[in-house]
Parts: sequence; C-alpha cells; structure tokens
Amino acid sequence: MSDQFIYPTPNSYLEAEMKISMDIELNDIPGQLVRALKPVSDLGGNILSVLHQRDKKTPSGRVPVQLVFELEEGRLEKLVEKLKSEGMQVVRIGKERMKDSMVVILIGHIVHSDIRDTIDRIDSTGFAEVMGLSLSMPGVDKKSSASLVLSAIGKSELKDALGILESTAREKGIMVISPI
Amino acid sequence: METDDRTVRLTIVGFGHVGGGVAEVVMRKHHAIKERYGLDLRIVGIADIKGVVTNERGLSESEITKFRLGDESVMAEGISTRDMIKELDHELMVEATPTNVIDGEPGLTHIITALESDRHVVTSNKGPLALQYRRLMELAGRRGKMLRFEATVGGAMPLISLIRNNLAGNGIISIKGILNGTCNYILTRMAEENLPYEHVLREAQEIGIAESDPTKDVEGIDTAVKLVILANTVFDMDATYRDVKVRGITDITPDALKLAHDAGYTIKLIGEVDTTGRLEVAPRLVPIRDPLDVSGTLNVATIKTDLAGDITVIGKGAGPIEAASAILSDIIGIYDTGQSQTKHLQ
Ligand SMILES: NC(=O)c1ccc[n+]([C@@H]2O[C@H](COP(=O)([O-])OP(=O)(O)OC[C@H]3O[C@@H](n4cnc5c(N)ncnc54)[C@H](OP(=O)(O)O)[C@@H]3O)[C@@H](O)[C@H]2O)c1
Repeated sequence: MSDQFIYPTPNSYLEAEMKISMDIELNDIPGQLVRALKPVSDLGGNILSVLHQRDKKTPSGRVPVQLVFELEEGRLEKLVEKLKSEGMQVVRIGKERMKDSMVVILIGHIVHSDIRDTIDRIDSTGFAEVMGLSLSMPGVDKKSSASLVLSAIGKSELKDALGILESTAREKGIMVISPI
Repeated sequence: METDDRTVRLTIVGFGHVGGGVAEVVMRKHHAIKERYGLDLRIVGIADIKGVVTNERGLSESEITKFRLGDESVMAEGISTRDMIKELDHELMVEATPTNVIDGEPGLTHIITALESDRHVVTSNKGPLALQYRRLMELAGRRGKMLRFEATVGGAMPLISLIRNNLAGNGIISIKGILNGTCNYILTRMAEENLPYEHVLREAQEIGIAESDPTKDVEGIDTAVKLVILANTVFDMDATYRDVKVRGITDITPDALKLAHDAGYTIKLIGEVDTTGRLEVAPRLVPIRDPLDVSGTLNVATIKTDLAGDITVIGKGAGPIEAASAILSDIIGIYDTGQSQTKHLQ
C-alpha cells in the first residue's frame, strides 16, 4: 500500500569526515582565537560551533574554548600538533560524541514541507544530528509519516535538539511524537 | 471509638449511568457496609432533569425504580434540585450530572449549594474541579466539610487516594498516564489491525466505546480535564484545563504506528504533569512492554515518587459501576477515619 524508503541524511555521505569536539585553552592575549581556528580550516575542516568562555578563566589565567568541527579523521593528529606548536593546550578531544539518541515520529506533509531543511537545522548545531530517516507515504495529498533518530552529545543537548525539531515542525504544521 | 451504627443520609443529583450505579451499589452493599463500618447508608433524595424524589427514612427500591422510569406518582411536587440540596436533611450529596468544561454547570452550583448547606460532597463530575478547584476546596475547608472526587480520574483506578493515603510522605515527582479509554481503544485497534483512524472510530461508535460526538475524547480534552484535577490535588497547582497543552489522536496514521512499532514503540495518548509545571496531553512513543503499554480501553498511570520509586496503577477507566465503586469508597473514606483501613467488603 504505502511506499517505504530510506533517505540518506547529509552526514552519511561524509564517511571519512568525523565530528569532533575539542576543549582547548588559550593565552589571554588578543588574536588567539583566530590563531586556533585557522589550522582547522587550513586542514579542510568545517567549524560548526565555537564556545569562547572568557569569563571562565582557568586558575593559570587561560581562557577555555570549546570547538566543534568536522574533519577528516587522518588529519586530527596534525591539527593537534599544530595547535600545540602555537602554544595552545588541548585539554580534551571527543570523537564518540553522539552518546544519547531518541526515536521520533513525524506526521504531516513532510516532503512538501522540506524535511531537508529541518534536518539541516539540527545538524548545523554541531551538538546534535539526525541519524536515520524512514518515510512512508500513503499517496499524493495524504499525510505521510516518518521516523527518525535524533542523536546528541548529551542528554540536555538531545532535549535542545528535540526542541528545535518541535519548533520547526510547528511552523510547518507537522506533528512530532516523542518518547515518554 | 463509637460502636453505634451511624446513619448517613445521602442524596444523588444527576441520575444517569453513574448516579444509577451509585444507587445500585449502595443498595447491594448496604448490609455489608453496616457490618464492617457501622455505617447505615440511606438514600433520602434523588434529583434529575425529570424531577425530585425524596423520603426522609430512605427511598425504597421500588420508589427508585419508579423514579427511574419517570413515574410521576413518586415525584415531589414543587421542589427543585436546589431546594432538595438545601432543605432536605442529609449529610452527603453525590453529584453526577454531566461534565461541562465551559462553566462547570449545573454541577458547580450543586456542589456550592451543598457545601454551603453543610453537606459533604462526593462527585464524579470533572467540570467543577477542572475549573474552580481552589474555590471549591476553600469553601469545603471553611465549612469543615469534605469534597471527594476519586471517580473523576481513572474511574475505578485508585489514584488520588493512593497518593493521598498510601504514598503519604513521598514527594511526587511526576504522573504520566493514559486517562481516556476511548483513545486507548482506538490506538490499540489501529496498531493491531493496521486500520485508519476514521475506520476504527466508526467501529468504536458502533460498539458504544466512543460517543456519537467523540470530540472530547479524541481531541484530548477529557484527558486534559483529568490531568488538571491531578495537577491541582497532587501538585497543588491551581490550574484550569485551559492551562494544559493539548493534542489529540485524530492525526495519527497506521503508518506512524507501524514505524513506531519497527523502532520498538507504540503510540499512546499520554497525559503528563510534573513538579516543573509541565501540563501536557499528547500522543507519545511508549516502549513496547513498558508498564504504560496497556491495551484496549484500560487506563494506566505511573507515579514517580522520591522514596517509593515508580508505581504503576492499571484499571478500568470508565463504566458506571466502576465510577460508582470509586464514589462508594469516597463515601466510606469520609466516615472511616483509619480504624478499618484494611477491611474489604464481600
Ligand atoms: N459513565 C462513566 O463511566 C463515568 C466515569 C467517571 C466519571 N463520569 C462522570 O460522571 C458524570 C455522570 O456521568 P453519566 O455517565 O452518569 O452521565 P449521564 O448518564 O448522562 O447522566 C447524567 C444525568 O444527569 C442529569 N442531569 C443533567 N442536568 C441536570 C440538572 N441540571 N439537574 C439534575 N440532573 C441533571 C441527566 O438527566 P437527563 O438524562 O434527563 O438529561 C442524567 O440523568 C459526568 O460528569 C461524567 O463525566 C462518568
């Protein structure tokens, strides 16, 4: 009766790239942030988010920064070397980032309303992504149903991602059914 | 502790399914209640749209039957429902007129009149409590009277008294549950048979599980009203049903149920209230075999507590005798102050 097919989500094209979060500490002098970000782009990385916490200095007076970026896996080591040679401290590298996930069901005119755009909004946060989507369309003009898996780096980020999904869905008249 | 039997004179206002059920169980259990609790329950008045019937010594079964059949010969002339509540001597009024969530009437006026006339009140009517909870409780408090309403939420499922009595001392963190049997029946059938919503709704209407106007059930309004009663009693919220974020089940598709199933879930209409002020009715994914995954017309609620952990109650949510059971236990609870907590009737 109804067609079921799987959409690849944008990230699954980029097998070799991985999303990485990295905590570094900068000296509190001007221009340091740019010097930290430049090597990432130089190595072909794609910066997704930067959290610069000037008000949360370490006891030694350094400024903690959290970066989230996509990078080809093989280039990570080089990046770390480069940052260290610039005098920055790499405190933590997180690879297996998407620890929490949940299934969500959508009902509505999902394809018409541009599901890609909704997925992109979540993927671009850097802390969450849409892992898989299966869609079932009963016919033209009828409401379709989809299930997708939301993943995020932690529980509160997962909640935020659901919030983004719910508010975009509301704009588009799509119903979101989330787990209890 | 007194040993003499205590006469409790009751009136029943609203004599439909539930009101009739109350009369039936009070009659059927009269002897047992007298034996166990020393309570001599007598129905001294019944009021309905049709009229009023009274008997100070207690109505007989035949008087009640005649009233039910609309026999004019038993009707009291020139007495309105309010007159009966005010002027007929009695201790406790059972209110079972239809639920109205717009202004709570006629139940609201009946309850206020009864409390002001110093009667205890036991009700199955959700409207007054979902709209004017605090006002009614304050009035009852000022009058030193009890207002009990176990039957309004989850029918025979002991929810309010469970929390109030058995879980006393626990902090309640949240309550989540299925509080509407009609919606649960529809979603269960849709999932089992892979049938569209409209089809299953029609089927439910044919067998009397859904009303001819199913709006209140399927749009989640009934669940919201019950949730508000829980929010007010358990979480002390002073909310009205208009404060609830509500979505119903009318847009659920068989495909969505199948996709949910493939991922290990089913879809249920869940009401949820918690200490953060969340007050929401929405279709939600419930893991298959979760305690909340009950089928057919059953109701269920999981109470999250700080000491006792999660407690789940499952039961028949609706049905006149089930509602009458809850009303009867409220009546006994008003007079039975603990000595016979563990007694059960045959
Ligand atoms: N049925 C259940 O399983 C259940 C479970 C829990 C709670 N409840 C609640 O219990 C209440 C009663 O339900 P029900 O199923 O018994 O409904 P019902 O069969 O429609 O009975 C309501 C009765 O109230 C009468 N009535 C209406 N307006 C009145 C007025 N102004 N004064 C006196 N009587 C009046 C009706 O008379 P007419 O028939 O002449 O209009 C009818 O006899 C409702 O609030 C319902 O939400 C029901």
